[in-house]
Amino acid sequence: MRANTWAGRNKVEVRDVPDPRILNKRDAIVRITSTAICGSDLHLVDGYVPTMQDGDIMGHEFMGEVIEVGSGVPGDKLRVGDRVVVPFPIACGACAACAAELYSCCENSNPNAGIAEKMFGHPTAGIFGYSHLTGGFAGGQAQYARVPFADVGPLKIESDLSDEQVLFLSDILPTGYMGAEMCDIQPSDVVAVWGAGPVGQFAMDSARVLGAAKVIAIDKQPYRLRMAEEAGHIPVNFDEVDVRSRLLELTGGRGPDKCIDAVGLEADHGSAHVAAYDRIKQAVRSETDRPHALRQAIMSCRSGGVVSVIGVYGGLLDKFPAGAWMNRSLTLRTGQCHVQRYMKPLLQRIERGEIDPTRIITHTLPLDEAARGFEMFKNKQDDCEKVVLKP
Amino acid sequence: MQRRGRGLGWMSLGLGVAQLAAPDVVRRISGVDDSATARAVVPLVGARELIHAAGLLTSRRKGAWAWTRVAGDAMDLTALGMALAHRGGSRRRRLLAVTGVVAGITVIDLLTAVRAIRTKEPAVHGARRGGTMELTAATTIRKPASEVYAFWRDLENLPTFMAHLEQVRATGDRTSRWTADAPFGKDVGWDAEITEESPGERIAWRSIGNADVPNSGTVRFVPAPDGVSTEVHVALTYDIPGGTIGKAVAKYFGEEPHQQLDDDLRRLKQVLETGEVVRSDGAPWGKRARKEFPQRPAQPLSDAELAKGADA
Repeated sequence: MRANTWAGRNKVEVRDVPDPRILNKRDAIVRITSTAICGSDLHLVDGYVPTMQDGDIMGHEFMGEVIEVGSGVPGDKLRVGDRVVVPFPIACGACAACAAELYSCCENSNPNAGIAEKMFGHPTAGIFGYSHLTGGFAGGQAQYARVPFADVGPLKIESDLSDEQVLFLSDILPTGYMGAEMCDIQPSDVVAVWGAGPVGQFAMDSARVLGAAKVIAIDKQPYRLRMAEEAGHIPVNFDEVDVRSRLLELTGGRGPDKCIDAVGLEADHGSAHVAAYDRIKQAVRSETDRPHALRQAIMSCRSGGVVSVIGVYGGLLDKFPAGAWMNRSLTLRTGQCHVQRYMKPLLQRIERGEIDPTRIITHTLPLDEAARGFEMFKNKQDDCEKVVLKP
Repeated sequence: MQRRGRGLGWMSLGLGVAQLAAPDVVRRISGVDDSATARAVVPLVGARELIHAAGLLTSRRKGAWAWTRVAGDAMDLTALGMALAHRGGSRRRRLLAVTGVVAGITVIDLLTAVRAIRTKEPAVHGARRGGTMELTAATTIRKPASEVYAFWRDLENLPTFMAHLEQVRATGDRTSRWTADAPFGKDVGWDAEITEESPGERIAWRSIGNADVPNSGTVRFVPAPDGVSTEVHVALTYDIPGGTIGKAVAKYFGEEPHQQLDDDLRRLKQVLETGEVVRSDGAPWGKRARKEFPQRPAQPLSDAELAKGADA
């Protein structure tokens, strides 16, 4: 089959690889009909996530048709022919983490748990196409994928919704939604979202759905801010204005009640010397993550507010404003999304028309043009917001 | 070793930056501010220090990079010796002081480099000469103690999750025959007996007869505070002999013997909670994966790879 693979830093390549097959009894094989490039794939391509190997199949947002199931998958859960969206964290459904619906912390799905444990203190779940640290599972930017624990993760789509309407249930819609949900939004809340990429856009939409009074989008790409504005959110361009003063102005001096970091470890910064400081520290490996957005969110949030982090962090960072966090009674909440927890309720919201996930798609390309898709998405060419690939 | 290598790296960075940013100050301190040659040499030495720093700070093989520092020290001492031959008075005193410091640093570099060579020995205690190795590990499994106990008490189940076991066969109610997996030492087998069993709570066993690697173990099953799960606490003791088998065993356990038992218990948890050992494309062989890295790429296996199976 054809598959998009990691071919070293800053290089992806669509290659011919063997077709997947059942390795565990609870596996299924899915013929992929739609898959997407995620912002977090860029962290892999940019070389910020360790343990990638040449030839690793990328991609963790995919859906398709079940063409084979293992002997351990009960027929009432999944059958050949089912149309499914596959959640990016692989979860066994039986461990204590899964029982607590903390699927992305599944204790059994990462065969490389020993490495993850060294890096993170305790292991985390396996993830499709997301380095060997998260298990070394082949990803979904391919014609076919093996899906472990197929009786737990995949969501059956039984209505006639299009691929584009449901594909993002695999990651970015639930991730954005969880970012807003962790904010415990009240009707009087002003919610500020750092990053108007796909996850940020969905965090904004979710904050509105959950009843926020006002939602603010912070980014520097005019087209992304325009997209947020068209969806009814208030744009703030950090290249043009001082974020802190603009936020104070928009909130009558209080600061946003809830702040969402939808940026993560490769943040850009309006101020060149701070950006250079973190970039150099990252290059000499004395910090792995550049946390400008997180720092600014903590400093901006009103006292007693919540800072919710859904942007990806991989390792260590410094100049973390612990003083602001502690002295102003901020709550910091975070997590890789527990996608399985949100798929069904969000599918219902899509069916009811409360959320339109298709609004962020700007490009649809054949799988063979994955490299071009990565290039456009990374360099924000042609107003690229979200690339869907068709195998 | 890693820490000292890193320390030397930071020192190189400091020296290099000083020699490049303020060469005149460096030359004055060293007593060579009268020389045109030194004006050219000091920044070059600074540049060299930056290379040492880059190597020591970013490479995992700090030992090799420590040797580059030793070579650099030899160059510096030679240059300082030449400079000393032509100077007197206060310049000579400053030169002597700097030479003393460089000689001291040379000793540290040399010690670090030599130690890097020596630390390649396996971490198993006294493995070369033989010795006792004790391993402990614990995990929590979301199953009742009676079920976890029953699985373990059927000793024939142990090879499904313990990497070093090929087979365990019950030979009597309390006795059994154990066979090690090839990497542990070919054709190593031993008899064992259960010395203590208390249903749902505890099992203890030890090897009997002429075991090549005399060993014993206990496992305790403790109800976890959540009222659903069971804590499994394992303690193993190996009396590792000298000679070929001892070496094979020491090599097998490698530098982190505890990691082996941790991984064994992770697989036990997978088997009991999910039904089998979890496989991925990068780690497709379950317990037969001898080490986690390097792995095969995360893409499906070809027919040839599947037929060949795991590397021994």
